[in-house]
Amino acid sequence: MAEPFRVHRGRAVVLPVNHVDTDQIIPSREMKRVSREGLGEGLFAGWRYREASGREPVPEFPLNRPEAEGATILVSGENFGCGSSREHAVWALAQYGFRVIIAESFGAIFRGNCIRNGILPLSLPGKDCTQWRNGVEISVDLEAQKLILHDQTVRQYDFDIDPYAKKLLLEGLEPIAMTLSQSESIEEFIERDKKMRPWLYSAA
Amino acid sequence: MRTLFDKLWDAHRVEGAAIGGHDLIAIDRLLLHERTGGVALKSLAEKGLRPLDPKRAFAVMDHIVSFREGRDRDEARSPGGGAFITETRAMATEAGLNLIDTDHPSQGIVHVIAPELAIAAPGLTLVCPDSHTCSLGALGALAWGIGSSEAEHALATGCVRVKKPKQMRIRIEGRLPPGVTAKDLALHIIANYGANGGNGCAIEYSGEAVADLDIEARLTLCNLAVEFAAFTAVIAPDEKTRAFLEGKPFAPPSNVLRQRLETDEQAVFDREILIEATTVSPQISWGTSPEETISLSGRVPTDGREKALRYMGLAPGMPIEGVPIGGAFIGSCTNGRLSDLVSAAKVLRGRKVAEGVRAVCVPGSQGVKREAERQGLDVIFKDAGFEWGAPGCAMCFYAGGETFAPGTRVVSSTNRNFEGRQGPGVRTHLTNPAVVAASAVAGRIASPSSLPVREEAA
Repeated sequence: MAEPFRVHRGRAVVLPVNHVDTDQIIPSREMKRVSREGLGEGLFAGWRYREASGREPVPEFPLNRPEAEGATILVSGENFGCGSSREHAVWALAQYGFRVIIAESFGAIFRGNCIRNGILPLSLPGKDCTQWRNGVEISVDLEAQKLILHDQTVRQYDFDIDPYAKKLLLEGLEPIAMTLSQSESIEEFIERDKKMRPWLYSAA
Repeated sequence: MRTLFDKLWDAHRVEGAAIGGHDLIAIDRLLLHERTGGVALKSLAEKGLRPLDPKRAFAVMDHIVSFREGRDRDEARSPGGGAFITETRAMATEAGLNLIDTDHPSQGIVHVIAPELAIAAPGLTLVCPDSHTCSLGALGALAWGIGSSEAEHALATGCVRVKKPKQMRIRIEGRLPPGVTAKDLALHIIANYGANGGNGCAIEYSGEAVADLDIEARLTLCNLAVEFAAFTAVIAPDEKTRAFLEGKPFAPPSNVLRQRLETDEQAVFDREILIEATTVSPQISWGTSPEETISLSGRVPTDGREKALRYMGLAPGMPIEGVPIGGAFIGSCTNGRLSDLVSAAKVLRGRKVAEGVRAVCVPGSQGVKREAERQGLDVIFKDAGFEWGAPGCAMCFYAGGETFAPGTRVVSSTNRNFEGRQGPGVRTHLTNPAVVAASAVAGRIASPSSLPVREEAA
């Protein structure tokens, strides 16, 4: 079960690019075991470290800059998390410490993976959040659907989130248990379907 | 009035089970592979849960398996990768899933073998923790990629909870010019509307040019829907679909394959795009997103994108044809089927790969490999200087281990030109298999028609 998400305040790291794909978030070479664990160090490995095999940081990469130290909120452009379905991208972000991703838009599979792992995917369409200062403080209230940017001038934004994602995140619910509590409806569907498509249930 | 997608959705929606606007969709068949499926099986077992119906689930070895001909059953192409194979095998066996192991006669890339075995078929729902699952929509199935946690959910409950996406129809009218493939059509669409152009929609491809495509080409077209940020893609099944699937191991009965399944004439889409097929030309990507694609006869754009230009080692305004290459790869779930190998072999017959170019062809499945060898294509590839590999995802993505050297420019029949996708610092150009073959021969990015006339063997 993911940790419930209610309010969060933290420092933001800003990656001002579009189409950040999951190969960048966690390169396949960093997926070393059949496990959800041990991925935080591989996060953004190709951009964060000087060499593919090394761990010497690239100082100018936004995540490595002193003002972003301890960042828990990531801000990026459109189509964030596109590409491979690898949930390892979200596990790596979570293990690094991220709780909120703010992007113009998200890859569909990536967004689904976020809400199952206690990470809030948040969009403020047309607000060009990539112009925000690297290291800026942000607070998010999920129940109220409000975001506050604590910059020289404090700004407040309302955001949309679909009700299912909100419920999962707020309550830290376990989707499998939720669905298993509806087993009766599923069994009814299958019993009816077996009469219509018997071949599906007996194939090879 | 309903769309094809509406009909597929409605037929699988579990009544009275929606939560917060998310429907519960019954999954007919579930596909897993060793890279992201093993972790789902492991997590399920750790929770003490069992698959609801293991016989409708298939575990396939494709991502990490070695592509060395004569490979061992547990041989991986990346260090430590063997554990993904052995652990997935053990867990799939324990859970009672259909297992298509490394040494199985039907083994291959999951999206290549699902059509070959008719695991995917019209009217079915399929999911797989792999983004290119959208390929299978080419057969009139509702198929989409999910995460590992969702795969675990699908195993345990037989369902996936998902919000119904918006719908887009892309009609491609007229006929594609000679030498222009489904790959070019898909890249053309992404280049014109952007890598985010699909915007989470379910896309229906229709029109004369789509009806003209054979099933393998339709699979290529739908394969690239995820690079367009679509939820998935679907094509209405027709007589070609029925002929392709009939008699295959997991195919629905004939009478089911003959049922009409299509969008009602008056059905309304959230968005419609019309493409004139005659305007599509052979395409090649120049940058690090599939949207950074131009016509093969075109020039690298001059409108910024410094990061991609720097990574790719290209200058704005230069023609893409003639840029020297160091590698060529033919294979993958995008273009690793028999027709793809045939189109490359036509270019390669009687020709040699240029010096200094490493060229690799990996058939998408054992079935493709067998048929290619029966037709003598392997001899053409090998005589030309291509390596001939054992089926799997192979060099489509780097997972550690051996690959092209950093900085190598590779023309590739694959789907992603992301930074580092084929290896650290490797520069990937996406294009169709014939252009890959022609470029391998020329030692530079080249169209098949630009090659000198070959000397015919006596």
